[in-house]
Amino acid sequence: MPELSYREAVRDALSQAMRRDGDVFIMGEDIAEMGGSMGVTQGMLDEFGPERVRNTPISEMALVGTAIGAAIQGMRPVAEVMYEDFLTLAAEQIVNQAAKHRYMSGGQLKVPLTIRTQGGAGWSPGAQHAQQLEAWFVHIPGLKVLFPSTPTDVRGLLWSAIYDDNPVVFFEHRTLYGLKEDVPDELEPIPIGKARVHRDGEDVTVIATGRLVHESLAAAGQAEEDGVSVEVVDPRTLQPLDEETIVDSVKKTNRAVVAHEAVTRMGFGAEVAAVIQHQAFDWLDAPVERVGAKFVPLPFAPVMEEFVVPHQAEVYEAIMRTVGRNGD
Amino acid sequence: MAKVEKKGSVSEELLREFFREMLLIRRFEEKVEERFRAGELPGFLHVAIGQEACAVGVCRALEEGDVIASTHRAHGHTLAKGTHPNEVMAELYGKLEGTSHGYGGSMHLYDVERGNLGANAVVGGGLPATVGAALAFKMRDEPRVAVAFFGDGATNIGTFHESLNLAQLWQVPAVFVCENNHWAESTPAKQQLPIEDLTERAAAYGMPAMHVDGQEIEEVYASAVAALDHARGGRGPVFLLLETYRLTGHYVGDPQVYRPKGELQELRETQDPITKLREKLELSDEEFEQADREAHELVEASVEFAKAGTDPRPEDALKNLYA
Repeated sequence: MPELSYREAVRDALSQAMRRDGDVFIMGEDIAEMGGSMGVTQGMLDEFGPERVRNTPISEMALVGTAIGAAIQGMRPVAEVMYEDFLTLAAEQIVNQAAKHRYMSGGQLKVPLTIRTQGGAGWSPGAQHAQQLEAWFVHIPGLKVLFPSTPTDVRGLLWSAIYDDNPVVFFEHRTLYGLKEDVPDELEPIPIGKARVHRDGEDVTVIATGRLVHESLAAAGQAEEDGVSVEVVDPRTLQPLDEETIVDSVKKTNRAVVAHEAVTRMGFGAEVAAVIQHQAFDWLDAPVERVGAKFVPLPFAPVMEEFVVPHQAEVYEAIMRTVGRNGD
Repeated sequence: MAKVEKKGSVSEELLREFFREMLLIRRFEEKVEERFRAGELPGFLHVAIGQEACAVGVCRALEEGDVIASTHRAHGHTLAKGTHPNEVMAELYGKLEGTSHGYGGSMHLYDVERGNLGANAVVGGGLPATVGAALAFKMRDEPRVAVAFFGDGATNIGTFHESLNLAQLWQVPAVFVCENNHWAESTPAKQQLPIEDLTERAAAYGMPAMHVDGQEIEEVYASAVAALDHARGGRGPVFLLLETYRLTGHYVGDPQVYRPKGELQELRETQDPITKLREKLELSDEEFEQADREAHELVEASVEFAKAGTDPRPEDALKNLYA
């Protein structure tokens, strides 16, 4: 089994799809010679040439909208939006166009488009380069929203996104690019809409996304030392959502924590909490705990940034609250 | 900057076809106004009365395989691109027999089979996808052109500028058709445009532009043919500016309190593209009345077709979300 970093796993999925299929191409800012601001597409220009590794102007509306138009014609473009903060610039094209063409046309059109983007705090860029905006897009019927957290998952899910006939907003987490893992020899597509249980447990279920999957796994290890057995579930796909895996887990453990890096208020965890209370109300022994960023923009100073976004400690404390312990 | 040359003239026979199509669109839209006022049509409707020569002149210049993206003022483009009036009217009545089976409405008329990639209710919203369609044609080496219709108001929005920039940069086979009707909804040109000649906007991107009278269909058609040839020949996109007039309100029911007194009357007398073509063709009253009768019959039949159509079931709303 080869070892790939999260970054290499993204590149591998893109490259394999492009080798196999002339309709797949990538476009975005600084993705060609520079290899992308996160280095994801390094070397791809040499292999595939400038027609299929297209540097674009700093022009999010046009780069996403152009990808929509190419997708409607049957291509399978992958548009890279350098930081997810910049999805706001392309929001009209994503929300009003990509998400709605199929519906407004009464089923005449397909938009097989993937929009790759990344974000995440932990490196003090301040307020406009590290937000987590995935929940915005889960709110839009017509989009699929993916947020993988491991090299294996990011490779298999990106492949599925590229070959899905719908617009997919594909979130990567900046701090995970260097994360390494043994991945299967052959790329195994991962079905969209299937959660992954990372760790079995009996007492509490943590449903976490992105970086918080890893923080939650660490918190679960810590809790285990205190005699609390924690199950960690990564939905991986936020829309469609694998409600069954989440609900089944909570019915087993009777307690739930939702955890993500995005602001808690109206975050993806709010939806998960609603699903749990509705489908597993009688199984719950404690209120669903929520872990997320405090309700402020991301501050610059590292000590403040560290304070605003959640880490292992916040997840651990939330786990302990669900079992009626203060976590000391 | 490359120059786009017009060539040839249009046969009288073809002009007579154009006349019948323009008249059909006019009668169709007058009927839309009438049925809306009668309370039969739901939603938000915009007609393009006065702009028929733009729709017909451009769409008749297209070749098989070419595609268009339209605007909220889409009935004319859609009919000119070959969709039957029955299907358009049925869509306006929200019936399953409509172009989008009731999912779209007047502002979202699509007919993908006939190359209509959709009307767009966001001003400028369809321009980037036009660039993308053209990019796909170029990457696949297909001799096809993507055409975006939009108005003068759209030339102020970001998608317009980003799309023209990228289209010219990548030399994709696209034609940007600006129907300058001098009103952005209720706002006159002088309150929304700091320049008079909108071809300057194309020039800023190094894109060749043509500037013609959008009320003279022969001009529109000849220019569109030239622009499409240019784009199809691999010489990059063209900005085609058509000076036209909206001889009606922004939306159906618009009292047009913003219009200077007498303007509409004067424009209707001097700038009606159908009257202009009728005079050019020297149609006799008899010839005109026959064409008019045919248009009326098609339109009446479309209303009957639509009214006899099938209502979607409420729960049909849950279909067609994902492929």
